[in-house]
Order: sequence, then C-alpha cells, then structure tokens
Amino acid sequence: MNPRLENAGLDAWLVRLFDDIDEANMNWIAALVKECERTFGKHLVDLVPSYTTLLVQFDPLRLDHGEARRLLQTLLATLTPLEDDPQATVKALPVWYHPSVGPDLARVERHTGLSTRRVIELHSGHTYRVFALGFAPGFAFMGTLPAELDIPRHASPRSRVPAGSVAIAGRQTAAYPRATPGGWNLLGRTPARLFDPASRSLSLLQVGDRVRFEPVSRAEFERLGGDTTPMEAP
Amino acid sequence: MSLHIEKPGPLSTLQDAGRVGVRHLGVAQGGPADVHAWAWANWLAGNGWGSTALEITLGGLTLTARQCCRLALTGADMQARVNGEPLANWHAFTLNAGDTLALGMARHGVRSYLAVAGGFTADPVLGSTACVVRDGLGGHRGDGSPLAAGDELMFDANAQENTLTRGLPAQEKPDYQDEPVLALIPGAQFRHFEDHSLIDAFNRPWTVDPRSDRMGIRLQGSLLQCNMGSLVSEGLTLGAVQVPPNGQPIVLLNDRQTIGGYPRLGTLTPLACARLAQCRPGQSLRLTTSTATEAQRQYRDFRAQF
Repeated sequence: MNPRLENAGLDAWLVRLFDDIDEANMNWIAALVKECERTFGKHLVDLVPSYTTLLVQFDPLRLDHGEARRLLQTLLATLTPLEDDPQATVKALPVWYHPSVGPDLARVERHTGLSTRRVIELHSGHTYRVFALGFAPGFAFMGTLPAELDIPRHASPRSRVPAGSVAIAGRQTAAYPRATPGGWNLLGRTPARLFDPASRSLSLLQVGDRVRFEPVSRAEFERLGGDTTPMEAP
Repeated sequence: MSLHIEKPGPLSTLQDAGRVGVRHLGVAQGGPADVHAWAWANWLAGNGWGSTALEITLGGLTLTARQCCRLALTGADMQARVNGEPLANWHAFTLNAGDTLALGMARHGVRSYLAVAGGFTADPVLGSTACVVRDGLGGHRGDGSPLAAGDELMFDANAQENTLTRGLPAQEKPDYQDEPVLALIPGAQFRHFEDHSLIDAFNRPWTVDPRSDRMGIRLQGSLLQCNMGSLVSEGLTLGAVQVPPNGQPIVLLNDRQTIGGYPRLGTLTPLACARLAQCRPGQSLRLTTSTATEAQRQYRDFRAQF
C-alpha cells in the first residue's frame, strides 16, 4: 500500500490507498475512517469511503488546506489495518427469490447456463463485504460475487425498480432501499428496511459490513412485511 | 404563521446550508445551488448563516401572506410584484396579511431566493431542512417534495417584529448576463488529460447544456480527452468536474451522487458553483485555474460577511 493524497477542492483531500478492488481494502479504509474522526475532530465535515479511497472533507473556515494535508500524512505514516474480527456479526438479509419479484432470474439463467436453483444457491451461499454506499441513501455496493454469476447490467435501465429489490451486476450485488430507476439484474426482494431516517444508524448496511442473503419462502417474506407486488419482465 | 402557495412554479424548494455528516451513507448534500444569492437573502432578512430560505427555479411562483411578515428576495430577477406593484430585487420588504407576491419568469439567471425573518420553519431530516427531491429527504414536508399549490410555508411570528433595513454592498449584486470566469482547482486526474484538452479547457469558451439540474451542469465545447477510462468509484465533492468518455464535462452540484467513477479535471470553487448555477442553457462561460489556498481565502472572506 502506497497512499497518495489528491487535491479534491478547497475543503477536501482524497486519500487513495489502493488501485484495485479487494475485500481486504476495507480493513484499511475502516482504520483510516477511525483515525480521521479522532484527528480532525470538530473540523471534520464528511468522510466518504469507497472501494479504494477515502474522501476527507473538513471545515474550510477552521482548517487550512495545507494543514489538513499534514494531518493526513502524519496519520497515514502509522496507519495499521483493523484486525479481522472472527466474532464480527454477519448481517442477514432475507430474500424471496422468485420470478414475480426477480424478473431477471430467467435472463441470468440464459446468460450463465446455470439453473435458477443454482443461481440462488450461489448468490446466497457467499458472505459479501460492503465496499461503498452511494447511488441512493443506504444503497450498498457489495462484493465479490462468485465469478459464475458475473452478468452485465441492462443496456437500458428500468425506469422504476421497486424498493427491496435484490440485484446483481458484474461482480457486485445490492439491494435497492427505495424505488428508483436502475439497471441491475433483479433476482428477488427483501422485506428488510434498508434506510430509515428515524433509526439511529440510518442505513441498515455500513461500509465494511459482512452480509449474507438468506432465501425465505413467500409466506415468510410476507410475514416479515415484504411487498409481493409482482414486477413485469422488461 | 404561514405563506400560502397559490402557484409553486416548476421547482421551488426549501434549502438550508445542506446536510452534512451523512455522505458516507449515500445521502446527498443538498443546500442552495447559488450559495451567494441564498446567503444575501438571509442577510437582508436579518438571518444568520444557514437559515432556511426558499429556492425558486425559473420563476412562476405566487403566494399570499396569511400574516404580516418581513421577507427578502435575491438572485435572478423574476419581475416580482406585490399586489400587482413592481418590487425591487435584492431588497427586504414587508408583506401584510392578504398581500400577494407573484413572480414572473426569469430572463437572466435561473434561481431566486426568498428569505423570511427568522427563516422558514420545517422539521429537519438528518439534521437539515435541505430538500433533495431525488433522495426523498427534507423540505417543507420532510419527504423531499417540492412546493405544490395549496401548501403552507411556515415561519415564526415572533421574528417578524424586525424592521431591519440593510443595504447590500453594490459589488455583491451580480449581473447574470455577464460571461462568468469560473475558478477551478486542478485535481486528481488533471495530468491524465491530453495537453491540447487542457489548453482548450482554459482558453476556449464553454456553453451550458440544457440537460442540467441541481445534480449537475453539463458543459458544451471542446471535447476533453483523458487517457484514463472509467475509474473505481470514489467520493465526489461539490464542484467536481467529471469527464465521461464522451469528453463532455459535467460539473457536479448540490444534489450530486456521493460517489462516481469518471476522471475529474478538478473542482470548481463554491462561489464558482454558485455563479454557474445561475447560467442559462446556451450561456457562455470560461474556466480559469486557481489554487486551494487562494480559493480558501476567497471563501473565508465571503463567509466573514455573514
């Protein structure tokens, strides 16, 4: 790791820790988030972690741009990654995998040559890391999806993907916190409330979290409050 | 105490200084697209930095005062009238109960700001009243809705006693017809752009593309060539100038996505973003380079006025 600081405007630096996506990156980025919170204190405005970088935005009235750079250089010199915690909880997202709420199951079957049963086994049989939140509040980019499920996003996005939709694209997976346009391949739906402005953590999923998808029956999905409104194939 | 909305216009939203501390969750910043006109509207109304004011896009708003209140209007001139009588822009004024304020359409500039003494009152969502339609957060209802006919904009009756009359410093009243020169702080991928693209970027005029909104403003002109394609998505700041493979830059504004993966030329300063937000489709502008230190000095001078 050879961190670089890139100028991101009068009140921000972008810390580039890595060049490539890797699940191991997240332990370094989480450590850097903690150190920045400690070092910048009340001068900190926002931190935006992503796959290989951390954007550090500070209060331009209280802290000089050059001084912020020196603070970052100092803390990067002694940065060590957070230890992998074997006891760390894995967050489980229940999913009803079914063509009526996962209209791309057939497309995935055609593209990968795998049966729908196998697609579900592969998707739910892996623990994912949350690399970044973006696109919409609480939308978590998770990876790395098994290579067999690598399928491109739709050439033209749907104008409306229902809230709770569980989807894949490339080597990533995600769940849509609210209805938005979207181009990912829909496999099913989760009843989980992914973003709640009234809850303390706001977003169910946080960068660095470990997540598993757990197949549930329609009855269980409904019991958990899931919306069964079917979705037409495009 | 409230103002009753008769006609909302195409897009009218409440904006405070924006939502901070939640960008890591994918929540947009929001806040006024033109921080300069917004800040002066609050100042004229006697409010401190960060008070909630109304951002009116293009015009077409009509409202009636339910009670007497002290207001200020700045930004794009929308030929405002009170009960049919012309109203001066960039001034504070009083509406009496039953008075109607009507805005026409802006001929120059895009956005105007209406502030009320004490600020408009709305329940903050994630610490801010800023309305971000795309995120469904903030604004007068808390759910990201823009104003609609029949809505009431609430304010504090006790703050309306203020009859403060302040004169705006003359140099702070912009002429939105001018061709602006916008300061850009070179950033991350600057050196990956072709030499001729960098020369063109700062020596040839740009025009504003009609496909522009509070998320971003597209610029038309020279096509900028970068020797990098898409990148791994990374955090985006206000004013980041993204260049997708088609070579047409997009300047990201208040409602931008929190992360993105196109190479960036650099970052427009907050005051350059404010001026850009008043440029109409087809309007010409130029870019110039600045340093973070110089931009920080200018921003501190701006903020010291409030």
